Amino acid sequence: MSRQPDINTQELRGRYPDVFNRPMASRAGAPTILVAALALFIFGLNELDFSPARMWNGLRELGWITMMMIPPNPGSSLPAYLQAMGETLSIALLGTTLAAAFALPASLLAARNVIPSAWLRFPVRRFLDSIRGVDTLIWALVWINVVGLGPFAGVLAIAISDFGAFGKLFSEAIEAADRKQVEGIRASGGSALHEIRFGLMPQVLPVIAGQVLYFIESNTRSATIIGIVGAGGIGLQLAEQIRVLEWQKVSFLFLMILVAVAAIDWISSRLRFAIIGRRAVA
Amino acid sequence: MSAAVSILPAPQLAALNDAYRKAVARRRLRTMLVVVACFAALFVAALGAEVNVRTFVEKIGNFGSYFDRIFTLEAGTRVWTDVNEWFWGWKKWLSLLGETVLISYVGTLIGAVLAFGLNFLAAENTAPSAPLRFAVRRFMEFCRTVPDIVFALIFVIAFGLGPMAGVLAIAIHCVGALGKLYGEIVENIDMKPVEGIRSTGAGWIDCMRFAVLPQVAAGFASYTLLRFEINVRGASVMGFVGAGGIGQELVVAVRKFYYSDVSAILLMIIVTVFIIDIATGWLRGRLFGKEARS
Repeated sequence: MSRQPDINTQELRGRYPDVFNRPMASRAGAPTILVAALALFIFGLNELDFSPARMWNGLRELGWITMMMIPPNPGSSLPAYLQAMGETLSIALLGTTLAAAFALPASLLAARNVIPSAWLRFPVRRFLDSIRGVDTLIWALVWINVVGLGPFAGVLAIAISDFGAFGKLFSEAIEAADRKQVEGIRASGGSALHEIRFGLMPQVLPVIAGQVLYFIESNTRSATIIGIVGAGGIGLQLAEQIRVLEWQKVSFLFLMILVAVAAIDWISSRLRFAIIGRRAVA
Repeated sequence: MSAAVSILPAPQLAALNDAYRKAVARRRLRTMLVVVACFAALFVAALGAEVNVRTFVEKIGNFGSYFDRIFTLEAGTRVWTDVNEWFWGWKKWLSLLGETVLISYVGTLIGAVLAFGLNFLAAENTAPSAPLRFAVRRFMEFCRTVPDIVFALIFVIAFGLGPMAGVLAIAIHCVGALGKLYGEIVENIDMKPVEGIRSTGAGWIDCMRFAVLPQVAAGFASYTLLRFEINVRGASVMGFVGAGGIGQELVVAVRKFYYSDVSAILLMIIVTVFIIDIATGWLRGRLFGKEARS
């Protein structure tokens, strides 16, 4: 009969002190963090006016609203909605393109392998960071003050907030590029501009194109919301219909947005695959 | 020293050159077509978006002067000459910023907990049943596609004005976004531990707890922190639709042309976002660092 050998727990404890006698600090670590997180959560709920009664009433109201949304029905405003949708897509396309066009030179200035001097790079980077720190909606508000209400303000808002994002992404792509090509160009007597044009650009352009397409996709989503502050597109219609409680129209607009986003997703992922190949799409 | 360069006879060379020129011409033509198509699309888009270059040129000065104005106090001096006057409302703004961060925290936590519960049902390798997976995936897609501020618009009507609507809007959007990311992590795990646990006769929940969770916890935490950071930005504009946080104050300042307030609030938002960025970046580095060491 085989029998398990006696396990001398005492000896094991002696042999692996760090498993059996973990110091109090590391043993208490996880529970302490959990308790602190929970405490902050409860404090937050309390601070932000959560209450079971409000929750219950709200959910009932929400259920009622959902009932009112069915069936989706655009009423007589379908042409206006289609036009607004076109406006939204235009805003996304134009804003992203503008941003990419301006971000490319800026990203060169922020890339370590193009501008070796940290003193030059640092301000450009912080500048891009501060642009990114401000939400697209806030930029839309600012641009409305400058060019007036309408989709043009939306284009500029998307362009400037993406400028910050692109600047960072592009400069990362440029920094990841292989140096050998650049050195090859330099060895054959090319100037700094030649190095960028023939050494860097062929490497980074596919990556950049992929990112631009991805942003067009995600900006279709952002472009739906900037209308809420008055910068044109379908968001304007959506916010209006929500405010006047036309729930059937709201649900129709939801469906339109979902379909449009899905369509853009599909097209741009196709294009991205065509440009950079299936493997490179993360 | 001279390197030997073989030169082909002229007729052969001419044929090759011809073929080369043709190939280049074909590529150039293709590029030109793509460029033309892009410009056509942009032109149509420009018409659609009512782009008016003349307004832009006329008004672009306003953009510069707007920044000039928001950095000028009512007395006409630059804002940094009198910081007390510039940040006159710092107590109120700071507490609103605190509220913004809190909205983001509570919303992210609710969203993360829900996404945590749902993602095991949505991941290819752990989903208990295909129809359930399909339903959960569609639900998360819906949550993710509708922007959080649109949810906030509706929740403000259902739950009343205030931060509660903002929290719930962020939470719902977070379920969709995090659920997808979590699901992708779960789909990339090593399935051997799961088989090991299952072979001992454990149920589905035990499998998730003891085989999947230890592999994915660090990744989950990292994505959650990243989402928290994104949500702080999102929460800063929730106030635009009356869903709490600093946004309310900002939109009032912009609409009523309290110029120096705009710059003060914007600056405070940017600094907060920076701090949260750096803090979560540091935390994520530590989490992933730990993972790499073990």
